[in-house]
Amino acid sequence: MKTPSSIRQFWRRGEPGVWASGAALAAMLLGIAGMLAVVAANGVVVFWPHRLCEFTLHDGSRVLGEVQQWQDVRGGGRRVQLKVGNRDLYGLDFRWIEGADVAGTRFPCDAVALERQEYGNFYGYLAGVSAADGGPGDGTGGGWAALEAAWRQARQQREALERLQRGINRNNLRMERTRLRLLRLRHRGVAEDDPRVAGLLDRQAALQREFSQLVAQSNAAAVECRRRTARFVDSHGSEEVLPVFGIVRAYRPNAMGRLAKARFYLGKVGELLFGQPREANTEGGLFPAIVGTVMMVFLMSVFSFPLGVLTAVYLREYARDGLVVRLVRIAVNNLAGVPSIVYGIFGLGFFVYGIGGRLDRWLFPERLPTPTLGTGGILWASLTLALLTVPVVIVASEEALGAIPRGIREGSLALGSTRLQTLTRLLLPMASPGIMTGFILAMARAAGEVAPLMITGVVKLAPSLPVDGTPPFVHVERKFMHLGFHIYDIGFQSPNVEAAKPMVFTTALLLVSLVLAMSGSAIWLRQRMKRRYAMGSF
Amino acid sequence: MTDVPAIAQVAAPLVDIRDLRLYYGTVEALHGITMGIAARQVTALIGPSGCGKSTLLRCLNRMNDLIDGVRVTGSLRLDGQEVNSPTLDVIELRRKVGMVFQKSNPFPKSVFENVVYGLRIAGVTRRDVLEDAAERSLVGAGLWDEVKDRLQASAFSLSGGQMQRLCIARAIAVNPEVILMDEPCSALDPRSTARIEDLIGELRATFTIVIVTHNMQQAARVSDMTAFLFEGHLIEYGDTKRLFTNPACRQTEDYITGRFG
Repeated sequence: MKTPSSIRQFWRRGEPGVWASGAALAAMLLGIAGMLAVVAANGVVVFWPHRLCEFTLHDGSRVLGEVQQWQDVRGGGRRVQLKVGNRDLYGLDFRWIEGADVAGTRFPCDAVALERQEYGNFYGYLAGVSAADGGPGDGTGGGWAALEAAWRQARQQREALERLQRGINRNNLRMERTRLRLLRLRHRGVAEDDPRVAGLLDRQAALQREFSQLVAQSNAAAVECRRRTARFVDSHGSEEVLPVFGIVRAYRPNAMGRLAKARFYLGKVGELLFGQPREANTEGGLFPAIVGTVMMVFLMSVFSFPLGVLTAVYLREYARDGLVVRLVRIAVNNLAGVPSIVYGIFGLGFFVYGIGGRLDRWLFPERLPTPTLGTGGILWASLTLALLTVPVVIVASEEALGAIPRGIREGSLALGSTRLQTLTRLLLPMASPGIMTGFILAMARAAGEVAPLMITGVVKLAPSLPVDGTPPFVHVERKFMHLGFHIYDIGFQSPNVEAAKPMVFTTALLLVSLVLAMSGSAIWLRQRMKRRYAMGSF
Repeated sequence: MTDVPAIAQVAAPLVDIRDLRLYYGTVEALHGITMGIAARQVTALIGPSGCGKSTLLRCLNRMNDLIDGVRVTGSLRLDGQEVNSPTLDVIELRRKVGMVFQKSNPFPKSVFENVVYGLRIAGVTRRDVLEDAAERSLVGAGLWDEVKDRLQASAFSLSGGQMQRLCIARAIAVNPEVILMDEPCSALDPRSTARIEDLIGELRATFTIVIVTHNMQQAARVSDMTAFLFEGHLIEYGDTKRLFTNPACRQTEDYITGRFG
């Protein structure tokens, strides 16, 4: 009879409550840790150069590539997934090979991996490098050192080409501005022989001449730098001649030491953080998406936080606590539960078409029907997200204000201060840690939200950043890229999902880190405020 | 029972209350209070819980305005000026009538900033003026020697009694005419209570003090005049010694002898 009585005791002491709540906490922590671990483990290793493995099959053929995974096959045996690259030759990036077919395995030191501007990776062996003019070469056959030298030269050429391209972009921008100015003058009914129109027309012609010149230069340079080629042979013996210019990176992973691999890794991380995307976003950098995400969250905060805090102040400090206030409070709490896509639709209808469309009619009537503000942009997306996050800020701020003891308010008012002075000198500073908690929640939610953005201004590839060096420097009407949308886009909308998988993990890792970094700094700020306005004896 | 009048007449009162009635919504909480409060004296308000003594005290600096649905009729004059007048500058009134609360309520700032809070919100920014005022007030509140080396420390680092004296210093820093004290010692230990009672004795030379207290011994010790309130009525008001030794009303006698309350 010992067991039943001890079970009774277990219940009587109220232990199940402790155990259940502890288990819930453990399950939650496990879930979060598991998710972070999967994202981190998959995201961190993406850029570490993988060894190139060459399998010799029983039929005599050879296959070269990166081993992705070994898998048990039902009915016995194993098979291996190999990333064979060379999409331009075989149309496939990946290949499954039955384990039983493999006769031999080798990790050749001279196996070369190429990251290319087009068609993904190439795996094979270097056969030779041509001379600078595309001729048959200098007779030495052109080893690895020749390729590296050619590649460095090609990089310089690329930089020159990019400079030319920037010039063309600038020219385009000026041309567009001139065109719009002309459009505006004509819309106002200014006569064609007006000196202003004539001046603009002259300018347009000059820009057009400059444009033709730049394009000719650029084309010539592009042809010139494609002259130099390198010959490669893949594992099947097919020969591939590639312009050195089109090679982003060439490396021999099997010959690389740990240090070389680490340098390679850092280079790739740098490209990820500061580079532009390539190959339908599945390669290259995420810089535009990072800038877009951060700026969108920042703009959202600028709209959402003052609005939320002021609303909370009114509800808690000024409004008489009656039926209306209670109804408003219920409505605010319910707003936090509205699906985000509903906000997106609202943002599209109200901000983009409603406000944006109207502004277009007032400010830029000459450009219609081409919309300027009446189309999705980072401003409208931020406003939509501000609406979505404002309930969180209101609730948190209201609770923080409500937690301040009555004595503080009375003490301040009894000294002859106004309500506003009490608010700004005591209540808001004292509530700031709680308000910050609301900010953190709002920011994390905004950074991770994708659905409403898709219809209010996010694009797969934005031609220009919402902040740049051309006046007025901040372009709130521009469309932007976003890490969350990037994940969705490359993971589920790209033509080569399997090849994009590593990028999905890295982007997810980056998004999570970004949210953590932003919340982390907010939490740090909150701690400082807490120390400053600690309530001591209360 | 003697034949002294239950409600003493005060000659040339600083605060003149005439038929003051206060309603919480439709409930009348003060039923026509008429009394005068003399300048530079300590006036104690005693009575059982809920008798309206705190409510009466808070009429003096219009703190009842903060409560929804409060309505006041009758007259309450301070220096001959009608306090309940809608045109009165409440901010100005509250600078003239300071208040110390039951629970000490220092602000989450340094000792120094607590004391000069009233001056800062009044727009004083000159450092030397603020420092002088802080020292004068802290000396006045008998706290200077204890905190002069840690003026920049958080007010929360003080003990309970020190915090209450800090609140007194904060109140006197703006040079009020009247200081209202709402059970200032009810949360303190006997030693701190004695300290504050001594302080009240010193402050009466400069300020007019109205103190609400539960503790009849305290009222007897510190006050010159005592008013006994019961269920919103002013039952008896007179010289403290006389009231405690020779009460005019049976209700007063019952209360001060501990038969109820």
